[in-house]
Amino acid sequence: MTDVLVCVKRVPDPTGEVVLTDDGMRVDGRYAGYTTSAHEEAAVALAVQVAEASGGTVTVLSVGSQESIEQIRAGIAVGATDGILVEADADALGPVDVASAIAEAVAARQDAGTTYGLVLLGNDAADTGDFQVGIRLAYLLERPVVAGAQTVETDGGTATVRAEGPEGTEVYELPLPAVVTVLEGGVSPKYPSVVGRMKAKKAAVETMTWSGTAAGAGREGLTVPEPPPSEVTVIGEGPAAAPGLVAVLKELKVVHG
Amino acid sequence: MSVLVLVETEEGRVSLVSREALSFARSLGAGDLHAVVVGPASESVVTDCRGAGVAVVHEASDPALERYAAAAWAAVVEAAGRAARADLVVAGGTGRGNEVLAHVAARRGLRMAANVVSVESLNPLVVQRQVVGGAALERATVPSRVRLLTMAGHAVEPTAADSPGEARVSPLPVTVDPQDLRAQVVRLEKRESADTSGLQAAKVVVGAGRGAGGPDGFAAVDALAERLGGAVGVSRVVTSLGWRPHHEQVGQTGSRIAPDLYLACGISGSIQHWAGCASSRTIIAVNTDADAPMVTKADYAVIGDMHEVLPAVLEELG
Amino acid sequence: MAALPSSARCVVIGAGIVGNSLAYHLAELGWTDIVQIDKGPLPNPGGSTGHASNFIFPVDHSREFADITLDSVRQYKELGVFTESGGFECARTEERMEELRRRMSSAKAWGIPAELVTPEQVAEKVPFLDKDVIIGAAWFPTVGVVDSLRAGTIMRERAVEKGALTTVPNVEVTGMRVENGRITAVETDQGTIEAETVVIACGVWSPKIARMAGARIPLTPAVHQMISVGPCEVLAERPGEITFPIIRDMDTFCYERQHGSDMEVGSYAHRAILWDPEDIPSIEQSKLSPTEMPFTEDDFDPQLEQALELMPELLGDERAEIRYAINGLLSLTPDGYPILGETPEVKGLWSAAAVWIKEGPGTARAVAEWMTHGNPEIDLGHSDIARFYDFQRTRAHVKARTSEAFNKTYGIVHPGEQWSSNRNVRLAPMHASQKDLGAVFYEAAGWERPHWYESNAGLVEKFGPEQTMPREHEWDKRWWSPVINAEHLQMRETAGLIDLSAFAIFDVVGPKALEAVQRIIVAQADVRIGRVVYTPVLDETGGFRSDLTVMRLAHDHFRVVTGGAHGMADKKWFADRMPEDGGAVVVDHTSGWTTMGVWGPKAREILSAVTDADMSHEGFPFGTCREIEVGALSVLASRISYVGEYGWELYVPMEAGAALWARLLEAGTPLGMIPVGIGVYGTTGRIEKGYRAYGYELDTERTLVETGMSRAKWKDADFIGKDAVLAQADEAPKAVLCSLTVDDHTSASGTKRYMLGGEPILTRSGETLTDGHGHHPYVTTAGSAPSLGKHVLMAFLPPEQAVVGTELAVSYMEELYPVTVAAADATPLFDPSNDCIRGRA
Repeated sequence: MTDVLVCVKRVPDPTGEVVLTDDGMRVDGRYAGYTTSAHEEAAVALAVQVAEASGGTVTVLSVGSQESIEQIRAGIAVGATDGILVEADADALGPVDVASAIAEAVAARQDAGTTYGLVLLGNDAADTGDFQVGIRLAYLLERPVVAGAQTVETDGGTATVRAEGPEGTEVYELPLPAVVTVLEGGVSPKYPSVVGRMKAKKAAVETMTWSGTAAGAGREGLTVPEPPPSEVTVIGEGPAAAPGLVAVLKELKVVHG
Repeated sequence: MSVLVLVETEEGRVSLVSREALSFARSLGAGDLHAVVVGPASESVVTDCRGAGVAVVHEASDPALERYAAAAWAAVVEAAGRAARADLVVAGGTGRGNEVLAHVAARRGLRMAANVVSVESLNPLVVQRQVVGGAALERATVPSRVRLLTMAGHAVEPTAADSPGEARVSPLPVTVDPQDLRAQVVRLEKRESADTSGLQAAKVVVGAGRGAGGPDGFAAVDALAERLGGAVGVSRVVTSLGWRPHHEQVGQTGSRIAPDLYLACGISGSIQHWAGCASSRTIIAVNTDADAPMVTKADYAVIGDMHEVLPAVLEELG
Repeated sequence: MAALPSSARCVVIGAGIVGNSLAYHLAELGWTDIVQIDKGPLPNPGGSTGHASNFIFPVDHSREFADITLDSVRQYKELGVFTESGGFECARTEERMEELRRRMSSAKAWGIPAELVTPEQVAEKVPFLDKDVIIGAAWFPTVGVVDSLRAGTIMRERAVEKGALTTVPNVEVTGMRVENGRITAVETDQGTIEAETVVIACGVWSPKIARMAGARIPLTPAVHQMISVGPCEVLAERPGEITFPIIRDMDTFCYERQHGSDMEVGSYAHRAILWDPEDIPSIEQSKLSPTEMPFTEDDFDPQLEQALELMPELLGDERAEIRYAINGLLSLTPDGYPILGETPEVKGLWSAAAVWIKEGPGTARAVAEWMTHGNPEIDLGHSDIARFYDFQRTRAHVKARTSEAFNKTYGIVHPGEQWSSNRNVRLAPMHASQKDLGAVFYEAAGWERPHWYESNAGLVEKFGPEQTMPREHEWDKRWWSPVINAEHLQMRETAGLIDLSAFAIFDVVGPKALEAVQRIIVAQADVRIGRVVYTPVLDETGGFRSDLTVMRLAHDHFRVVTGGAHGMADKKWFADRMPEDGGAVVVDHTSGWTTMGVWGPKAREILSAVTDADMSHEGFPFGTCREIEVGALSVLASRISYVGEYGWELYVPMEAGAALWARLLEAGTPLGMIPVGIGVYGTTGRIEKGYRAYGYELDTERTLVETGMSRAKWKDADFIGKDAVLAQADEAPKAVLCSLTVDDHTSASGTKRYMLGGEPILTRSGETLTDGHGHHPYVTTAGSAPSLGKHVLMAFLPPEQAVVGTELAVSYMEELYPVTVAAADATPLFDPSNDCIRGRA
């Protein structure tokens, strides 16, 4: 049985053009809304798979404001069991702080009798892109860590992790407990079912606080670079453009000859 | 005082991103340029380093390092850093580069800045770095005794040094701690190019949208996908209308694809759809509307009705 | 890419369902050189059309909406984008069942197929619906879904084929050029288009665009939440977009609509979430589209639970995922009607906004007709942009009213229901006195207007139940009181003092005032100074634009007095028809004057007690007006009546209103005069007299002949609509306005029921009647006639039935009640010889 902790972050939805707050310090989600990073959605899906296969539980944890409960419940809606909110101003925390806050929550749960055999995180957050929280957490917990995982399976005391490396799929087998950071693509995140959403609404979310002092992220400000102009090459109009299009296909080497 | 660059190799050469990192590190003018290579440094790697102005190539070739283990690589970087007396360590912003430097940061209690595009000040370290998937830049101060940063891909040109470096190969004595091998690659499944049947793995995706006109409007799309050895992907409206099954949907609510070629036919290119196909290497749009977002965002476009263009393309292909 | 033309005959801004339909209909009506632009790409520029649920329930309590919707459906069918699915409106409560019975009335009245069905019948067609959750439903077989984007594309293509239209997408309007009150050009990020006619058809952005020209379109973007759940196995099994009827779960304010293998659940139950047009994101900034805002799931959770209750197996399937969820933006207006027509501020600048999918093509056709020859075939009176008073165009008012209205979208709204938000905006000078008298205030055009006075409650007993006709059923007596009928009877016995502050008052002045007024009104305007005429105002087709009174105050000075609700539209109608050279102008005095009326057998005596002027019938004849002195107050008295009694409308400057009111109360009370509310003035008083009211009996689709208001002789001077009137006079009417009395009110349960208006008139055995227009008769006004002890209905009947004594039936809450035609023309049921008005009674 593997109990899994999966860490998610409430981030402005990164799909549309970035809108900044007036002070230029934050990404404003008022138009696009807030969501869970895609990598973390995949992490939640993997966590649910692992827990279902091993008969364990999944706890969704987020470090952030009360509003982050929405992302925690989104995780519960797709199969997680319960949630932890480490209440903090996420923008005031740097990756060192977030790792420390999660480690403290893991320790607190351990004291309460739950040891998470597996802690899953996203490879990097969709907003800050620090690429380090999971690894720092692993050192704080003194556990092995794999980054960029596509899939995770557990069997007794071992986790099998597959990640895309430069030459192909790299397979890890590491002893549990362990930390794994997930890159999207290996699993299709689920949308919640109606029943799942209603279950999530009623599920328990424990609120914790972090005892540490924030080192911060060092952010001085944000800017949005100009988008590149359209560089489309119009091959032609109508069926007459077919030879031109085929020439491009050949150039791209998707057809030969 | 020196700058250490973690050099990754690709088919026996210094990888493009590492060459960019070397150029960048050199441009900082923060002392001698050192490189660290995990595994034996081949002659061509040393040549590449020389061209990039590297003074010393630290080479760690312990057999225990044959299979990748990020923590062990981090130990190598730490050792090289000590050897080079580096107070600035740079890696490419790749999976490996970010991962290894994050290990170094965690082991040494240092700060690290990922995906940097430029450095405004070295002391204290003030950088511009990519956030939100590159859609925004963050100006950040990263106070640290030793400064760790990874370079965003393609932020600088990989240029040769004005005068080549010595590129003296210095074997690095490394004792690999078994603790650092707890998470080590046990098996590599080399990437095969054969299996491209699934939508997400396909090298070529032929997409179709409302322009297909109805459930019977996909014959040419299917034929072209087959001819190109690719898969068919469709927009949300097509699945919503029940013209095609949901698993073929590309977009926010469907699959996200990254083929070599996405040939989008009769798809206007809503933002939802774009989210699913933006990672395609090349996009060709076929659309009656020259102003459709799919067209303006594409690399190539044919302005016309897919029902006329595709049969002509199939005929041309023979 | 199409280049942006530098000039056009007409610029249509917006390529949603409205803009596309409008471009098409303008082209159909012969317009050429139309340029249509949109900020977004085609075919889905990112407005409300793009995320619409696209289903159409044709039934509505409003005739205007129903007619426009039916026309839209006809057009969608012709375009080949309509799929009939049928639809149910389900009831979970008895109160809702009663509302569905009322829906049946409206459906029958507008000729829309409908029937009440049992839960089992619903489950037969929708097997995944839990029939135990509902107690019944209304079945509308002609409900269907449309492809509104495809419809738009086809309509654009047709207009392009005609050579009439150039559409340029991805063009953003940056400014509007206005010179001397006329639109002259639209400025865009890609250049300026010169045009004398510009239509704003850009939905939620319309207010922002209008403001660039200094005009106002008082709508607000508001959120409508929708989710899509799927794939659902039972839905996926069948091909096509829709194979199951659409469900409106009325009591939860939700709908469930199949969309391929998904089930869409939409809600009007959540809190009102309003946006400002300026805050809507750009296409690039938004996640999905500018009008598909981030879903706020907490707002939707209660609806999710209710939807699951209704469709437990379908929506409870763990494999069916909520894969699309939006806070979709749509347009809401303070009174629920669209905003159509030329803006009062800027000539040549038109609005076609706040129109939903179900109304799009129909509205566009009507607006195109309006733009082309001045008169839409379907009356758009309620939707006229000119209807708003300034206060009604403020953001505070728009937000207050739309917030209140949002949850009424599927609500049970009583025809007499009053707004509770943003009240006490316009107060009559005698407001304090009215409050002291226990006035029950209803709102009219922002005015707080006494509907009846609780101080008169004792009169109910005095006149007894035979005449005050107290109502038994809660629905019938909601927003009503028998005190109204008691006030009516007391007025007919002594006199009543009525506050008429809500009148709109404007003057036509200048050397060409007579010429201008003569051309606008049907009655002879060239009367001697001091005459008051009541007159219809017609459009070119002979339909009613208004009915109002005109006083000639000087050779070059006319005063127009009209109803508050329609006053601003009337003012624009007049102002638009003033001579170009400025020889006559319209000056608004609505806020300058207050009006009150004294009517009844004692009116003369009461007035004589406060003035030295001769108030006798001979000294102050009917249809005349003059200045009189009441103490130190100078009062303009006008001897006309809308309640069929001897008396006057009295006009004083607003600041003198309280004093005159007090003086009249003081003089009248000893003579038995009471304050009387609008319940009498607006309904009981007029219905006994067969007086027609604009917006009820009179609109642009009705003629003088049909309303029994034709004349034997027409003035020599030309007037708008004269040609049409002369032609109509020679033709047999297609429908005739009649007054009917209800013969028996007893329902099957024994409770006496009283119709409130809108009910269909059928044969005694319940068969449908059809007039020469193909319309079915319905009750235009219903109300007590206390003097007769009868409940009276007005309705346009087919000429064959329009014969006094014809026995028919009215269908009310799905029961038939016998009625008899009591007047087949304008003959009053009370005092047909008008003795009371003349003071002879």
